[in-house]
Amino acid sequence: MMKRIVAVAVAALAMTTSWAQAQEVKVGVNLPYTGIGAEFAQLVDRGMELYLKLNADKVRPYKITLIKRDVKDPGGANAKIAVQELLTQDNVDILAGWIYSPNAIASAPIVTAGKKLAVIMNAGTAQITNMSPYYVRTSFSMWHAGYALGEAAAKLLNAKTAVVGYTDFPPGKDSLAAFKKSFEGTGGKVIDEIPMGGAGAVPDFTPFFQRAKDKKPDVFFVFVPAGDHAAAVVKTYAALGMREAGIKLIGPGDITQDTKLQAMGAAAVGLITMHHYHADLDNPENKRFVEAWKKEYGATTTPDFMAVGGYDGMAAIVHVVQTLKGKIGVEQALEALKGWKFASPRGPISIDPVTRDIVMNEYLSEAVMKDGRVFQKVIGKIDAVKDACKEQKIGPCAPK
Amino acid sequence: MTPPQAGWADHPAALALAGRHRVRVWEPIPWVLALTFYFAFPKHLGFGTELLVTILFAISLDLVLGYAGIVTLGHAAFFGAGAYTVGMLAKHGIWNEPITGLILAAVVAAAVGLGSGLVLLRTHGLTLLMLTLCTMALLEEAANLAHDYTGGFDGLDSLPIAPLFGVFEFNPLYPKTQYLYVLTVLFVCFVFVRTLVYSPFGQSLTGIRENMLRMHAVGAPVRGRLVLCYALSAAIAGVAGGIWAQANAYVNLGTLGLDRAATVLIILVLGGYGRLYGAFIGAVAYMVLSHFLSKIYPTAWQLGLGLLLVVIALFARNGILGIAEAAVRRLRTPHATL
Repeated sequence: MMKRIVAVAVAALAMTTSWAQAQEVKVGVNLPYTGIGAEFAQLVDRGMELYLKLNADKVRPYKITLIKRDVKDPGGANAKIAVQELLTQDNVDILAGWIYSPNAIASAPIVTAGKKLAVIMNAGTAQITNMSPYYVRTSFSMWHAGYALGEAAAKLLNAKTAVVGYTDFPPGKDSLAAFKKSFEGTGGKVIDEIPMGGAGAVPDFTPFFQRAKDKKPDVFFVFVPAGDHAAAVVKTYAALGMREAGIKLIGPGDITQDTKLQAMGAAAVGLITMHHYHADLDNPENKRFVEAWKKEYGATTTPDFMAVGGYDGMAAIVHVVQTLKGKIGVEQALEALKGWKFASPRGPISIDPVTRDIVMNEYLSEAVMKDGRVFQKVIGKIDAVKDACKEQKIGPCAPK
Repeated sequence: MTPPQAGWADHPAALALAGRHRVRVWEPIPWVLALTFYFAFPKHLGFGTELLVTILFAISLDLVLGYAGIVTLGHAAFFGAGAYTVGMLAKHGIWNEPITGLILAAVVAAAVGLGSGLVLLRTHGLTLLMLTLCTMALLEEAANLAHDYTGGFDGLDSLPIAPLFGVFEFNPLYPKTQYLYVLTVLFVCFVFVRTLVYSPFGQSLTGIRENMLRMHAVGAPVRGRLVLCYALSAAIAGVAGGIWAQANAYVNLGTLGLDRAATVLIILVLGGYGRLYGAFIGAVAYMVLSHFLSKIYPTAWQLGLGLLLVVIALFARNGILGIAEAAVRRLRTPHATL
């Protein structure tokens, strides 16, 4: 009797393990689930989970297991340990996540040594994808919006002169560099660059804006973090009467992040932004995505560009799993992703076969009031934008 | 002058004082455990390395906080100074040999400690606390602004650190070399600090902590001692920072942040400060708990850690080692209460 039980148990065990080996794909997710980045981690996490939930039929017969690890902070060390242990202890097939650029930069040597596909779902410093041959990015580079906006300001808004005001931290500086490069390349001129304090606290913007106003530019390009900074920017812009003076306020879509936009209220009206995604985009995939999101996570919640980074990242992973039939070799996975095309909520996207970075549309939008809420109305679009920093090998993106 | 009474040297108090520096039987235990860890958990060495670096950093803080009684919230300034010394020298192709790199890190951090200590240690209490914080914030902002040299917010990546002794490579995925290297450096630094605190110099530090007025009265050069202690501690923190940068082949603004400074303070208080081994106990308790709890509950693990800290703060004012000491005392003097 005992023997039979043991035999059955062994057989069952053997079956489950062989089944698991054939079917299961382990994805190691590193995100800052606690601390100041917890809100962003939740957005990316929900984006990933939503894709898996809505596309269960695309995943079958494989089983994707997410192994989630908290990286705590942007310090690099914790992210490094998390990635290391996901590779050596959990033996994951694919890595994913990375909200903060410093963490992606710190993880690069381990990703290279670990030889696994690594999908970046947010971190936006342009040159990260150059740091490991296994990095693929499904989010954005700071250059996407900044560069596209420079072009749009000159061509669509007919601006000849611009003043740039930016929060003095890396995304701000990247945005400035990208905007300046394309705006001046299309015939415009940046007549003043104003650093407006750090990201830690909201400054009084009045002196910066007065300085910008005195220069009488056609457009005033502002990069500040989403939320309180952005709300203060919009209020100062109105208080100084800059719109009446004929100066348009423009910026990348970070300043109108969907999760913060409604709280900014009427003050946001008139903001012109360039970004690859906002929840008001008018396409069937996005309608489905936003509706499913609200059904899943509550009517008061909204997806934003970070959530889409996670959603599309998971789409890329599922594509790899299907193409390789569950056996994930890193070279084959990269091969499968190079030139991969997908109908994302942000419109058609693909992965650039050369840089492994995303290629996507950039939308020029204006915030207007509609049905008692702030609505982002698309007023222009640039198709298939690549990361110009790597495309043109500028500064830190140039091969060493 | 009355000569000391005959047999004073046999007095239990004198014996205890004279024998304080002797190695206790249990003192090799942490080192044996650290070596066992190396063989038993080859897949946890990345975490182990981080743990050892944190212990080293906590020991440097124990020297100023636990022994000299200097309350500081800005100790990461020296950790960062060491880390950036190693990072910038390696990244710009000037110097990448690990051991001499550490010495340079110590020298630079000690210079920062000496310079800031000369100014800061004229104050004490809350003023001192705020000034240490300010020094660290200034260094952090300087590193942020000097983007071309320090890499700014994104930091310096992929540091080309030379193999140890020209032989042992630093493998990023299985950091065996890093672990043993950090363990060795930790041991050397620990022996140094241990010798220091049991020397007359160390005794005078304790005296200053306990009663600064009296130390002034007996003619001890109080401020000189404090500044020297601060600089030595800074040097050790610099070594910790330098070795962290070498082991991770990476340095960024996080090395200079309040997060790091506050965490190491919590660790030391948790373990018990002014006790040498408090750094070990505190670091292991704090980091092992947060590491494994965060693995199990990535979103809510801080609750468990918070509970531990509350319990320690409420019931064990001298940290985990304080509990152990009280227990030992009670065992040794069973009749004391009679």
